[in-house]
Amino acid sequence: MREPQLNLSPSPGDEVRTTTCYMCACRCGIKVWLADGRIRYIQGNPEHPVNRGVLCAKGAAGIMQHYSPARLNKPMLRVGERGSGEFREIEWEDALQLATDWLAPVRARNPDELAFFTGRDQSQALTGWWAQQFGTINYAAHGGFCSVNMAAAGLYTLGGSFWEFGEPDWEHTRYLMLWGVAEDHDSNPIKLGLGKLKARGAKVVAINPVRSGYGAIADEWIGIRPGTDGLFAFALIHELLRHDRIDLDYLVRYANAHWLVVRNPGASDDGLFARDAAGQPQCWDNGAGAACDAGAVDINPAIVGEFTLPDGRSAVPVFQLVADRYLDPRYSPDAVSERCGIPADTIRRIARELAAAAFDSNVSLPIAWTDSWGREHAEMVGRPVSMHAMRGISAHSNGFHTCRALHLLQLLLGAVDTPGSFRFQPPYPKPIPPGNRPGRARGDNGALDAGPLGFVHGPEDLLVDADGGPRRIDHAFSWAYPLAAHGMLHTVIRNAHAANAQADGAQRIDTLLLFMANMSWNSAMNPRETMHWLTDKDADGAYRIPHIIYSDAYASEMVAYADLVLPDTTYLERFDALSLLDRPITDADGVADAIRHPIFDPATQAEGRDVRGFQSALLDLGARLGLPGMVHADGSPLYADYADYLVRHERSPGVGTLAGWRGVDGSQSGKGAPNPRQLDAYIANNGYWREELPAHARYYKMANRGYLEWARRFGFVGGTEPIVMQLYSETLQKFRLAANGHGAVQPPAEHRTRVATYFDPLPIWYEPFEGEQTGADAFPLSAVTQRPMFMYHAWGSQNAWSRQIATRNWLYLHPDTGMRFGITDEDWIHVTSHHGSITVQAKFAANVQPDTVWSWNAIGKRKRAWALAKDAPEAGKGFLLNHLISDITPRGDYANADPVTGQAAWFDLRVSIGKATAPAGGESAPQFAPLAFATAKDSPLRYGAGMRNRQHASKARPDRKRP
Amino acid sequence: MTSLPPPSRKKLGLVIDLDTCVGCHACAVGCKEWNAGGIAGPLTDSDPYGKEPSGVWFNRVHSYELEATSACGGATPVAAQPAQTLHFPRSCLHCETPACVTVCPTGASYKRGEDGIVLVDEDKCIGCGLCAWACPYGAREMSPVEGVMKKCTLCVDRIYNENLPEAEREPACVQVCPTRARHFGDLGDPDSAVSKLVAERGGVALMPELGYQPVNRYLPPRTRRVGGEEAVVETADNPVAPSWLTRILRR
Amino acid sequence: MNPALSVIFFTTLSGAGYGLLAWTALAALLGQPARPLLVSLAVALALVSAGLLSSLAHLGKPRRAWRALSQWRTSWLSREGVASLLTYVPALLLAVALLPGMISADASGSVVALNLVGRLVALALIASALATVACTAMIYACLKPIPAWRHRLVVPMYLLFALLCGGLSALALLHAPTRTPWLMLAGLGAIGLATCKWLYWRDIDRTALPATRGDAVGLPARTVTVFERPHTEANYLTREMAFVLARRQATPLRWLATVLFALLPIACLLFVWFNGGGAAWFAAAAVSSMGGAFVERWLFFAQARHLVTLYY
Ligand SMILES: Nc1nc2c(c(=O)[nH]1)N[C@H]1C(S)=C(S)[C@@H](COP(=O)(O)OP(=O)(O)OC[C@H]3O[C@@H](n4cnc5c(=O)[nH]c(N)nc54)[C@H](O)[C@@H]3O)O[C@H]1N2
Ligand SMILES: Nc1nc2c(c(=O)[nH]1)N[C@H]1C(S)=C(S)[C@@H](COP(=O)(O)OP(=O)(O)OC[C@H]3O[C@@H](n4cnc5c(=O)[nH]c(N)nc54)[C@H](O)[C@@H]3O)O[C@H]1N2
Ligand code: SF4
Ligand code: SF4
Ligand code: SF4
Ligand code: SF4
Ligand code: SF4
Ligand SMILES: [Mo]
Repeated sequence: MREPQLNLSPSPGDEVRTTTCYMCACRCGIKVWLADGRIRYIQGNPEHPVNRGVLCAKGAAGIMQHYSPARLNKPMLRVGERGSGEFREIEWEDALQLATDWLAPVRARNPDELAFFTGRDQSQALTGWWAQQFGTINYAAHGGFCSVNMAAAGLYTLGGSFWEFGEPDWEHTRYLMLWGVAEDHDSNPIKLGLGKLKARGAKVVAINPVRSGYGAIADEWIGIRPGTDGLFAFALIHELLRHDRIDLDYLVRYANAHWLVVRNPGASDDGLFARDAAGQPQCWDNGAGAACDAGAVDINPAIVGEFTLPDGRSAVPVFQLVADRYLDPRYSPDAVSERCGIPADTIRRIARELAAAAFDSNVSLPIAWTDSWGREHAEMVGRPVSMHAMRGISAHSNGFHTCRALHLLQLLLGAVDTPGSFRFQPPYPKPIPPGNRPGRARGDNGALDAGPLGFVHGPEDLLVDADGGPRRIDHAFSWAYPLAAHGMLHTVIRNAHAANAQADGAQRIDTLLLFMANMSWNSAMNPRETMHWLTDKDADGAYRIPHIIYSDAYASEMVAYADLVLPDTTYLERFDALSLLDRPITDADGVADAIRHPIFDPATQAEGRDVRGFQSALLDLGARLGLPGMVHADGSPLYADYADYLVRHERSPGVGTLAGWRGVDGSQSGKGAPNPRQLDAYIANNGYWREELPAHARYYKMANRGYLEWARRFGFVGGTEPIVMQLYSETLQKFRLAANGHGAVQPPAEHRTRVATYFDPLPIWYEPFEGEQTGADAFPLSAVTQRPMFMYHAWGSQNAWSRQIATRNWLYLHPDTGMRFGITDEDWIHVTSHHGSITVQAKFAANVQPDTVWSWNAIGKRKRAWALAKDAPEAGKGFLLNHLISDITPRGDYANADPVTGQAAWFDLRVSIGKATAPAGGESAPQFAPLAFATAKDSPLRYGAGMRNRQHASKARPDRKRP
Repeated sequence: MTSLPPPSRKKLGLVIDLDTCVGCHACAVGCKEWNAGGIAGPLTDSDPYGKEPSGVWFNRVHSYELEATSACGGATPVAAQPAQTLHFPRSCLHCETPACVTVCPTGASYKRGEDGIVLVDEDKCIGCGLCAWACPYGAREMSPVEGVMKKCTLCVDRIYNENLPEAEREPACVQVCPTRARHFGDLGDPDSAVSKLVAERGGVALMPELGYQPVNRYLPPRTRRVGGEEAVVETADNPVAPSWLTRILRR
Repeated sequence: MNPALSVIFFTTLSGAGYGLLAWTALAALLGQPARPLLVSLAVALALVSAGLLSSLAHLGKPRRAWRALSQWRTSWLSREGVASLLTYVPALLLAVALLPGMISADASGSVVALNLVGRLVALALIASALATVACTAMIYACLKPIPAWRHRLVVPMYLLFALLCGGLSALALLHAPTRTPWLMLAGLGAIGLATCKWLYWRDIDRTALPATRGDAVGLPARTVTVFERPHTEANYLTREMAFVLARRQATPLRWLATVLFALLPIACLLFVWFNGGGAAWFAAAAVSSMGGAFVERWLFFAQARHLVTLYY
């Protein structure tokens, strides 16, 4: 018999378009192949700097996301009770008019009555500006519950941060420590990088209570107890100090190790830097035997000792304070070992390995560069130890200080932006802290004086009222959470509900405008009460929160809680910008931004589909409201849509959302006049623009003249002065002084101890609040979640391919833990926290620290959400840990959050577990009423059958006999 | 074509690096995506949004735990290894002597003489399922909707595809893999990059004793370097005198 | 392995049918009246045909079943298909040979004497019927991934089942007398089969899979346990190959099978031996043995572990 004839060169599609993936926030470049007007195939774009051709599981499942049966197709007006999911479809004109009718009086009365919060938003450059033009201070994106601890700790310490704003030097590092990372936003770059490290034989250490994913391929897994990383870092610092394995030269050149701190207990200058008349921080020059400008060069700065300043005050160098604190025996490996669950010998060994990798591997690049002071260097000396940390560190109430502890450790090793170490991605590093402060006052046109989010430099920048109470509805930038740089989405709904019950109406919220945040479900702490607050009514029968407008693209749980639903497009149907003003796609070697552009006209994608990109809808709404910057003088709309805005809007002269191909002829980058053909240029260039850093500008960016000059051209920095990394944070000390009764703006009495305690200018460690307040006896276990690599939060479950990988979740626990609690594998168990209880199925796995239980995040779904069948396992067997997570501390005094930044402390969760009888019907608890959403057809999905048959004639038709 | 062709010189296959695989499932989904509309499509999903979703996948990623081992001496001493988590993608190994082919009653299952790729000719397949029983590696997937057997094609419609840029003429699962843990090439050629990789890293065939002679190879996890804890004995009594007390720093 | 009813029906019914064909042909050789022989042939062909039709239900593409005849050079399934169809030829020829006897006045009484061709046809029928059963058995016995099926007793057992079920049916259909050595043979056959079966069961209970999960993932030196399956819900592989039947559940079923295929038939035979009664009792024994074969076949699948389960 002869082999069949095969068509080995079928066409991959009729045409191909390049754009940017949005199955998650990683922003990889993709090529979308089309056949017969449908997606034949999505591949990673080999030309793209982010992913270099690879694709993750989510990205590859994009077809099923685009064709999801859960897509919303038309604006919807609520007809049933809130939360029921009953709507009727309306026209866009009516929807936008209704929104205008709600919001126009709000803006006239008090713009702060609009709370505009966005979730997985990649257009904060627009949404933040829109809020500013509307005039509300009540705007934020999701960063506050996500990882603001990383952002703030980094930006107040290094001028850059982990998260997606920095990266390990994948090419040169010899030793990588991954602290609490399961996946992160740099999904594909991290995986590409890990692949390189493995191939090169660099050592990878994963510090994580769970050994999965990256931890699985790490050379060493350190199964730490949650919330104790700060202690571990201190013990490493202790060892490095004790063995004198630190980079003193680096510390005085690039950090503030030598800056003098005034020692004046009880006085208003205690703990502030000694400054000269011009405000320049001072150091002690051992050569001259006198205080001098700490920024001076060719001096011999002292780093230990106590010195008398010309004015007679006493001062000590920062380094002295560092050494004093961390050489204390309470931070010795032996002292922390028990609490962290790491053998002391292991800690000592890791410290030795770190030092050996940093100092003995002699990595240096033969690249000449000039430092900020004009000195030439023949080479770039490397410290090939790199670190990356994410939510395992940040999602704790001690996360800010823990992250600072990691940065301190990096700095002591001289391992920030040197070859082989953690590297900044432009536009970072930024001045410390970054210059933009949160907007606070409205001008005549009703717009806010600055964007609602920013960085406070001291108590005077807080958004507090005359009594020191919070001005923002989420209490960000208040005395409770002073450095809440990303806002606090996790507190908005509770606070709005509470504020609207207040007789004075001082902080009333009339309209809640939400975008892309599943706030009644997986992105809520305490979803049950959140649903209650969203639906609660006043005595007169009106909803306590009068109006809720929500934009989603799919039938998520949150859609059911909106009065007005603005249906967004899928990621293949709209323009988006990944802007330098927001979350660009830069990497350590270059600056880059990107767009998404419509591959499809939504109207062609389903019968009656009538959706609009939220950004366009928002601009339309802004024009109807007559917001400054969105209308012509005659009140007509300034922008036709978002694409038009991207091209023509200028934030300041020459600066727009996109940095590439600016200038009328497209010849400029960074700054330049609007270019009408700018978007075409992006589209022609695989959807991105990138400018590579010159080789001499790639390291030591904080004090590299070449880099700083280059960065100034783009407006990333104001000048070429070096950015001095802050081991000791004077900003924090200013808050502490205020708490101790100094200065014009002081905290009210109830916050004083808190501020004084947690605004330590050097990193500290304390028990996470939930554990401390509930005690290990009642709740002996930590409970955490991890991101599954194949699913993005709630989005993935509507995806026919993604959901097959995990249609449900289990609570994983160590077999020894099971034994301890009388549980056997696959038993149903009660999991109880101080806040609530859930009943779920347990599964044994020995790859977890035995005092920790965990599950995949956001697999559990509400019945009938996401167009899933009512009996879908996601809803029946799947579950959320969120029902156990309180949005306030056990004591009830503050949000369940970091006291410095307001970052939600998801992973502080403490639980007890016990065997449950298997529930009838085998369903997890709690369950909520099914939503009245349409469900998808249950017929088999034969995606691609037609495409196959076009290229490869086949008689393999579905067999009618078999359903 | 149920009889096997004479052994081919060219033995195309995959090499999967278990030391680098993070278990992300990209290869599984990427495979599904290319192949849904490809030569072996569709990869039908039953009950896609319901209670028991179940689809055809040519590649499935398993996760295991490996217990710790103790050190062994002997001629080639083996270091003690800690407990580990292992991710393991599983797809057709394109065996050299695969019973999945010889048991097939219709000739639908065949091994290509030219490059050794094992395929199903869906137009001949009667959906008896015997080939799946004959495959120890679970690489065959019946589509109950089409009533025929499907399996990994080694992306035969990509690797020779003249409509693709040359660099992209590789299986979809190899192209997507974000850690680049998957490699494709000619394992019949000892000088090919994949053969060298296998030689260098001690790549293994799965269950060779069964006699199917898989072509694909798996690279075992590298020896973990956790380090002996004994090396240096330090106590609080023998700290180094820190240089910072005396060193003259220059800025 | 998933005990698919269509396959179990097929092997049970067609096994009995081929056994009956063989015995009928032997009876024809030994000289029997034409009418019962023809009835027996008809019943046998009905069983065989019902079995074959039932096997079609197992196919994804039944209308292409004819293709299964093509690969007899390597595939036991193909060989079985060919053999099963070939068997119709001598069976029908034998029927033709018996027809003259059938229409004679004394059809149920006088013995048919086959001529040489008739004898060769009968011998061919015996050979092809048994060959078909052997091919069926070889379909299973050649599968390396299912060690339980590679047991050396699998082929003998399939043959013995065919001969027992067919034999008991033959006793009923051919009006065997109360006491003949054939009864003893049937009884001994049942005992022999039961012995084989229990030996087989003992063996498969004692023999672990020849590979470990470590072997399956290429790390034979490691102890490997499952952390997560690739997909949380069942798939073709787990449904088809990872059917699990607890030992606890199997034991009563084994006894049920043994009672049905051996003990009850033996009791019937003994009853007839001592009390007479004939066809009705033989028929009961035959039905019982087929019921037993059905249960046994179900267990044959349900208790066979496929190597792919190592991965799950
Ligand atoms: N227990 C626990 N809870 C957590 C976390 C945890 O670790 N553990 N992590 C927290 C963190 S860090 C985060 S960031 C949040 C994330 O939580 P969310 O921000 O709620 O994330 P998603 O559920 O992915 O998506 C939000 C909504 O965006 C919608 N959407 C998707 N695509 C589009 C689109 O193109 N346009 C529009 N308009 N909408 C779209 C989805 O349908 C969904 O309803 O979860 C938090 N919750
Ligand atoms: N595939 C996929 N990718 C995503 C997302 C997604 O939903 N899916 N979400 C995106 C978003 S919004 C975010 S914020 C990022 C988050 O990215 P990650 O930070 O990687 O997110 P998590 O999965 O929350 O991982 C936290 C890790 O910390 C560990 N951990 C918990 N507590 C501790 C602790 O105290 N110490 C240490 N050392 N480890 C601890 C957990 O076991 C877990 O492995 O991922 C982004 N990328
Ligand atoms: S990591 Fe995956 S989902 Fe996220 S953008 Fe990249 S390809 Fe898309
Ligand atoms: S892995 Fe299985 S399906 Fe693939 S060739 Fe080998 S035996 Fe056949
Ligand atoms: S299922 Fe198809 S390919 Fe497999 S053995 Fe049967 S006929 Fe051959
Ligand atoms: S080679 Fe192609 S068909 Fe085979 S597993 Fe990889 S992607 Fe799938
Ligand atoms: S894509 Fe690569 S890293 Fe991911 S599971 Fe597959 S082989 Fe492993
Ligand atoms: Mo997040």
